[in-house]
Amino acid sequence: MSATEHILIVVGVLFVLLNIAAGLIWVERRLLALWQDRLGPNRAGPLGVLIVLADTLKLFFKEDWIPPFADKWVFILAPAIVVGSVLLSFVVIPFAPGIVVADLNIGILFFLAMSSLGVYSIVLGGWASNNKYALLGALRGASQMIAYEVFMGLSLMGVVMLSGSFNLGDIVAAQQNLWFVVTQPVGFVIFFIAGIAETHRLPFDIPEAESELIAGYHAEYSGMKFGMFFIGEYLGITLISAMIVTLFFGGWLGPAFLPPLAWFVIKLFFFIGLFILLRASLPRPRYDQLISYGWKIILAIVLANLLITGAIALWLRG
Amino acid sequence: MSTLFYISSIVAIASTIMVITRYHPVHALLYLAVSFLSVGMIFLSLGAPFVAALEIIVYAGAIIVLFIFVVMMLNLGQETAQQEKEWLKPKVWVVPSALVLVLLAEMLLLLFTGSQQVMQVSQVDPRKVALSLYGEYIIAVELIGFLLMAGIVGAAHIGKHRKPSLHRFLQNGDTEKEKAMPVREQEVISNEQTVLHD
Amino acid sequence: MISHLRTMWLVFLHLFKKKVTIEYPEEKAELHPRYRGRIVLTKDPDGGERCVGCYLCAVACPVDCIALQATEDENGRRYPDFFRINFSRCIFCGYCEDACPTYAIQLIPDFEMADYNRQNLVFEKEDLLIDSQGKYPGYNFYRVAGLEAGVKKKGEGENEEKPVDVHSLLP
Repeated sequence: MSATEHILIVVGVLFVLLNIAAGLIWVERRLLALWQDRLGPNRAGPLGVLIVLADTLKLFFKEDWIPPFADKWVFILAPAIVVGSVLLSFVVIPFAPGIVVADLNIGILFFLAMSSLGVYSIVLGGWASNNKYALLGALRGASQMIAYEVFMGLSLMGVVMLSGSFNLGDIVAAQQNLWFVVTQPVGFVIFFIAGIAETHRLPFDIPEAESELIAGYHAEYSGMKFGMFFIGEYLGITLISAMIVTLFFGGWLGPAFLPPLAWFVIKLFFFIGLFILLRASLPRPRYDQLISYGWKIILAIVLANLLITGAIALWLRG
Repeated sequence: MSTLFYISSIVAIASTIMVITRYHPVHALLYLAVSFLSVGMIFLSLGAPFVAALEIIVYAGAIIVLFIFVVMMLNLGQETAQQEKEWLKPKVWVVPSALVLVLLAEMLLLLFTGSQQVMQVSQVDPRKVALSLYGEYIIAVELIGFLLMAGIVGAAHIGKHRKPSLHRFLQNGDTEKEKAMPVREQEVISNEQTVLHD
Repeated sequence: MISHLRTMWLVFLHLFKKKVTIEYPEEKAELHPRYRGRIVLTKDPDGGERCVGCYLCAVACPVDCIALQATEDENGRRYPDFFRINFSRCIFCGYCEDACPTYAIQLIPDFEMADYNRQNLVFEKEDLLIDSQGKYPGYNFYRVAGLEAGVKKKGEGENEEKPVDVHSLLP
């Protein structure tokens, strides 16, 4: 692959991802509205897609307020970390054969490492705001994300065992005959749950729970700094959906009448829609329920899944 | 690769120095996170991507976050920073750092006079790590497992729910013995102790 | 778990339900006749102003948005010299309508009175007075009141007895 091609891929992936993340604002608002028997934003532009532009402009022109009681530099750093860490995770995702920014040997580990760095944005943002609600949100976010990171990593190990590689391209190639969702259904369900908790999306939006903590860790943020958290959340949804597609639903694989990239995008949007459906339908659990559910139930299931998968993999290889 | 190694080493050293000199605990921990990231980078440049990823996942992603978590809960303010400032006087750090400088000079001497060996970079993929962990070092892995188990048991013991705390009217327990020994008495004593300490 | 999946499925089915949104500028919501919207001053069947300038509406108004000054014509009929409602303050509670003894002030089902300039929201009497009897057609206060104010002579009103000559009661 030549250098220009590589730069083209990097710029292209970045451009498409940021546009998807921004477009998700509209997708989410429309879908939520439809599921609540409303219409949603349909005024600006065809079907209301320009609401994205309006939202962005609004965020740009809002006052970018740094509270005098905040820790200024940490306060500024926090929103940069969330977008940075999520965008870095996309580096390893193979969108189609040849369209991958960096075909790392340790792709899954890199993804886990970057998603574990995402905790910092919540913790630092909440702490630097110097606001008790933000601090509570940060505490919840930290414990939730550290806990669910464990299950996320463990749920992926079944896939790694079956494919024998940490490389995401190899994992997709290993699903040529059978998607891993069939052989690893437990791993898929737990990865999905952990993914929701990791992106702190509803119903696990405990760090920002509007009805309890105002807006949690980003209560003090405004303007484009808030916009970064906002975009970071949508990028997080896209990332988890892309990981689900890559690891469990055969990535770009699909019948030949559509190009591989199209298959990837179709599957990606299916899971993004599922994330939004979850938001529309399920209520938020209590904080201690979420954590004890994780450590008491999911940990046991995921370890059992790992054990059984390992045993079967060994047995199959003789 | 060696340029990357030296750059990340310098970053690691600089950020670690910053960890020591920061007065504010959270800022110090942020530099510590940067230090771990650069150590991860060092591993990567030495051809050990698996260890690099684990370094970031475990240390930067979990342990430092827990440190920050605890520091946040302690609610350290300006006074703590002031206290730190008072503690970190030259007379405290001059002697140890002079000694460390002697060691550094020795190490440099050895590095530049000893056999000129070019830095070896060999890729260590996860498979090799796994094979050596569960083959050669299996005893160590199992011992560490025991150690962690002990830690978990200890944590579970500490975190175990104590008997439910009752309202002070109900506190004079069920048994005759407990009734005879009122609970208030003990509180008073502990208060006196703290007063003495202050 | 099953109930969660069922919930999600049921919510998904709402995609195909009829939407309750009324797309306002193109499609207007049907307002009920007693909807409390724009405030008007009505006229009696003979075309005279119903308002007698009693100030009860101004007193009842919780946000003090009504201002008026009563005066009398040569027949002794009271009417407001000016009548001013500041709609940028009005909360459309309808207390003025309740308080009005002559059915003069009424709230009608119309709310489309937004403006960019606040001063334009201060309505004077000529803006408020409409050429209609509103919700109470056929009612004329001066026809049922005892007072003689150029509408009818004393004792000629509806259900009104002739005035008694007090001198004739002498024994």
